Amino acid sequence: MASETIRALLERAFPEAAEVDVVDRTGTGDHFHVTVVSRRFGELPLIDQHRLVNAALAAPLGDGTIHELRITTRGAA
Amino acid sequence: MSTLREQIQDVIDNEPVALFMKGTPQLVMCGNSDRALRALLDAGAPIAAVDILPDPRIRQELSELSGWPTIPQVYVKGELIGGADITEELHASGELRRKLDGTLGVDREQKVTTVALRLS
Repeated sequence: MASETIRALLERAFPEAAEVDVVDRTGTGDHFHVTVVSRRFGELPLIDQHRLVNAALAAPLGDGTIHELRITTRGAA
Repeated sequence: MSTLREQIQDVIDNEPVALFMKGTPQLVMCGNSDRALRALLDAGAPIAAVDILPDPRIRQELSELSGWPTIPQVYVKGELIGGADITEELHASGELRRKLDGTLGVDREQKVTTVALRLS
Protein backbone atom coordinates (compact mmCIF):
# COMPACT_ATOMS: atom_id res chain seq x y z
CA MET A 1 0.00 0.00 0.00
CA ALA A 2 1.32 3.45 -0.89
CA SER A 3 2.05 6.04 1.78
CA GLU A 4 -0.32 8.36 -0.05
CA THR A 5 -3.25 6.03 0.56
CA ILE A 6 -2.49 5.97 4.28
CA ARG A 7 -2.13 9.74 4.28
CA ALA A 8 -5.51 10.15 2.55
CA LEU A 9 -7.21 7.96 5.17
CA LEU A 10 -5.67 10.01 7.97
CA GLU A 11 -6.51 13.34 6.36
CA ARG A 12 -10.09 12.23 5.95
CA ALA A 13 -10.29 11.18 9.61
CA PHE A 14 -8.44 14.26 10.88
CA PRO A 15 -9.44 17.12 8.57
CA GLU A 16 -8.43 19.58 11.32
CA ALA A 17 -4.91 18.18 11.66
CA ALA A 18 -2.03 20.64 11.70
CA GLU A 19 0.26 17.87 10.45
CA VAL A 20 -0.13 14.44 8.93
CA ASP A 21 3.03 12.58 8.07
CA VAL A 22 3.49 9.04 6.76
CA VAL A 23 6.84 7.33 6.46
CA ASP A 24 7.25 4.00 4.72
CA ARG A 25 9.96 2.71 7.06
CA THR A 26 11.16 -0.15 4.92
CA GLY A 27 10.18 0.96 1.44
CA THR A 28 8.03 -2.14 1.12
CA GLY A 29 4.61 -0.53 1.62
CA ASP A 30 3.74 -2.41 4.81
CA HIS A 31 5.78 -0.90 7.67
CA PHE A 32 4.63 2.63 8.38
CA HIS A 33 5.32 5.35 10.91
CA VAL A 34 2.49 7.87 11.00
CA THR A 35 2.47 11.20 12.80
CA VAL A 36 -0.70 13.16 13.44
CA VAL A 37 -0.73 16.57 15.13
CA SER A 38 -4.24 17.71 15.95
CA ARG A 39 -5.93 19.97 18.47
CA ARG A 40 -8.54 17.22 18.77
CA PHE A 41 -6.05 15.22 20.82
CA GLY A 42 -5.96 18.04 23.38
CA GLU A 43 -6.10 16.47 26.82
CA LEU A 44 -6.93 12.95 25.62
CA PRO A 45 -4.82 10.17 27.15
CA LEU A 46 -2.25 8.73 24.73
CA ILE A 47 -4.15 5.49 24.50
CA ASP A 48 -7.25 7.28 23.23
CA GLN A 49 -5.20 9.33 20.77
CA HIS A 50 -3.74 6.14 19.36
CA ARG A 51 -7.16 4.50 19.29
CA LEU A 52 -8.38 7.30 17.01
CA VAL A 53 -5.47 6.73 14.64
CA ASN A 54 -5.99 2.97 14.70
CA ALA A 55 -9.68 3.52 13.91
CA ALA A 56 -8.81 5.71 10.91
CA LEU A 57 -6.60 2.91 9.59
CA ALA A 58 -8.89 0.04 10.60
CA ALA A 59 -9.32 -1.27 7.05
CA PRO A 60 -5.64 -1.65 6.09
CA LEU A 61 -4.83 -2.87 9.62
CA GLY A 62 -7.63 -5.40 9.47
CA ASP A 63 -6.78 -6.90 6.10
CA GLY A 64 -3.08 -7.07 6.86
CA THR A 65 -1.84 -4.55 4.28
CA ILE A 66 -0.27 -2.67 7.18
CA HIS A 67 2.05 -5.20 8.71
CA GLU A 68 3.57 -2.85 11.27
CA LEU A 69 2.42 0.56 12.43
CA ARG A 70 4.21 3.09 14.59
CA ILE A 71 2.18 6.02 15.81
CA THR A 72 3.20 9.44 17.05
CA THR A 73 0.45 11.84 18.12
CA ARG A 74 0.56 15.34 19.54
CA GLY A 75 -2.02 17.93 20.42
CA ALA A 76 -1.56 20.97 18.22
CA ALA A 77 -0.17 24.13 19.76
CA MET B 1 -12.06 -26.27 30.36
CA SER B 2 -11.78 -22.56 29.68
CA THR B 3 -11.90 -21.09 26.23
CA LEU B 4 -8.96 -19.29 24.70
CA ARG B 5 -10.68 -15.97 25.27
CA GLU B 6 -11.26 -16.78 28.93
CA GLN B 7 -7.60 -17.68 29.35
CA ILE B 8 -6.54 -14.39 27.75
CA GLN B 9 -8.95 -12.45 29.95
CA ASP B 10 -7.63 -14.32 32.97
CA VAL B 11 -4.05 -13.23 32.21
CA ILE B 12 -5.16 -9.62 31.72
CA ASP B 13 -7.19 -9.60 34.92
CA ASN B 14 -4.79 -11.41 37.20
CA GLU B 15 -1.25 -10.56 36.13
CA PRO B 16 0.08 -7.25 37.52
CA VAL B 17 1.68 -6.54 34.15
CA ALA B 18 0.80 -8.57 31.06
CA LEU B 19 2.70 -8.28 27.80
CA PHE B 20 1.25 -9.90 24.69
CA MET B 21 4.13 -10.14 22.26
CA LYS B 22 5.62 -11.89 19.27
CA GLY B 23 8.07 -14.39 20.69
CA THR B 24 9.20 -14.68 24.29
CA PRO B 25 11.37 -12.43 26.48
CA GLN B 26 14.19 -14.92 25.79
CA LEU B 27 13.63 -14.91 22.03
CA VAL B 28 11.84 -11.80 20.83
CA MET B 29 10.56 -12.12 17.27
CA CYS B 30 9.60 -8.52 16.53
CA GLY B 31 11.17 -5.10 16.97
CA ASN B 32 8.06 -3.55 18.48
CA SER B 33 7.66 -6.33 21.01
CA ASP B 34 11.30 -5.77 21.91
CA ARG B 35 10.74 -2.04 22.41
CA ALA B 36 7.82 -2.66 24.77
CA LEU B 37 9.71 -5.35 26.67
CA ARG B 38 12.78 -3.14 27.15
CA ALA B 39 10.73 -0.20 28.37
CA LEU B 40 8.93 -2.41 30.89
CA LEU B 41 12.16 -4.01 32.11
CA ASP B 42 13.78 -0.62 32.39
CA ALA B 43 10.87 0.71 34.43
CA GLY B 44 11.18 -2.21 36.85
CA ALA B 45 7.99 -3.96 35.84
CA PRO B 46 7.26 -7.57 36.68
CA ILE B 47 6.22 -9.12 33.38
CA ALA B 48 3.95 -12.00 32.47
CA ALA B 49 4.58 -12.49 28.77
CA VAL B 50 2.26 -14.28 26.36
CA ASP B 51 3.61 -15.29 22.95
CA ILE B 52 0.87 -14.75 20.38
CA LEU B 53 2.71 -16.54 17.57
CA PRO B 54 1.85 -20.20 18.33
CA ASP B 55 -1.72 -19.75 17.06
CA PRO B 56 -3.32 -16.91 15.02
CA ARG B 57 -6.45 -17.24 17.15
CA ILE B 58 -4.62 -15.74 20.14
CA ARG B 59 -4.09 -12.44 18.37
CA GLN B 60 -7.58 -12.51 16.90
CA GLU B 61 -9.26 -13.08 20.26
CA LEU B 62 -7.02 -10.55 22.00
CA SER B 63 -7.73 -7.79 19.50
CA GLU B 64 -11.46 -8.49 19.66
CA LEU B 65 -11.30 -8.22 23.44
CA SER B 66 -9.27 -5.02 23.53
CA GLY B 67 -10.27 -3.26 20.33
CA TRP B 68 -6.55 -2.74 19.80
CA PRO B 69 -5.40 -4.05 16.42
CA THR B 70 -1.65 -4.44 16.81
CA ILE B 71 0.93 -6.36 18.83
CA PRO B 72 2.44 -5.82 21.37
CA GLN B 73 -0.21 -4.94 23.95
CA VAL B 74 0.70 -3.98 27.50
CA TYR B 75 -1.73 -4.25 30.43
CA VAL B 76 -1.19 -2.97 33.95
CA LYS B 77 -3.66 -4.26 36.54
CA GLY B 78 -6.11 -5.22 33.81
CA GLU B 79 -5.94 -1.90 31.99
CA LEU B 80 -4.62 -1.61 28.45
CA ILE B 81 -1.75 0.88 28.50
CA GLY B 82 -1.02 0.68 24.79
CA GLY B 83 1.46 -0.75 22.33
CA ALA B 84 5.19 -0.20 21.90
CA ASP B 85 4.97 3.51 21.04
CA ILE B 86 2.91 4.47 24.10
CA THR B 87 4.87 2.22 26.44
CA GLU B 88 8.13 3.81 25.27
CA GLU B 89 6.69 7.29 25.48
CA LEU B 90 5.33 6.73 28.99
CA HIS B 91 8.68 5.30 30.02
CA ALA B 92 10.61 8.24 28.59
CA SER B 93 8.48 10.72 30.52
CA GLY B 94 8.76 8.73 33.76
CA GLU B 95 5.04 8.15 33.82
CA LEU B 96 5.34 4.39 33.38
CA ARG B 97 7.47 4.00 36.50
CA ARG B 98 5.14 6.28 38.45
CA LYS B 99 2.17 4.23 37.34
CA LEU B 100 3.89 1.00 38.36
CA ASP B 101 4.93 2.52 41.70
CA GLY B 102 1.39 3.66 42.28
CA THR B 103 -0.38 0.44 41.35
CA LEU B 104 2.16 -2.22 42.35
CA GLY B 105 4.22 -0.42 44.98
CA VAL B 106 7.85 0.64 44.91
CA ASP B 107 9.03 -2.58 46.57
CA ARG B 108 7.64 -4.79 43.83
CA GLU B 109 9.55 -7.88 42.83
CA GLN B 110 10.65 -7.78 39.21
CA LYS B 111 10.32 -11.22 37.74
CA VAL B 112 9.72 -12.15 34.16
CA THR B 113 7.55 -15.15 33.42
CA THR B 114 6.14 -16.67 30.28
CA VAL B 115 2.51 -17.74 30.29
CA ALA B 116 1.54 -20.50 27.87
CA LEU B 117 -2.09 -20.67 26.82
CA ARG B 118 -3.75 -24.03 26.33
CA LEU B 119 -4.59 -24.44 22.67
CA SER B 120 -7.05 -27.12 21.70
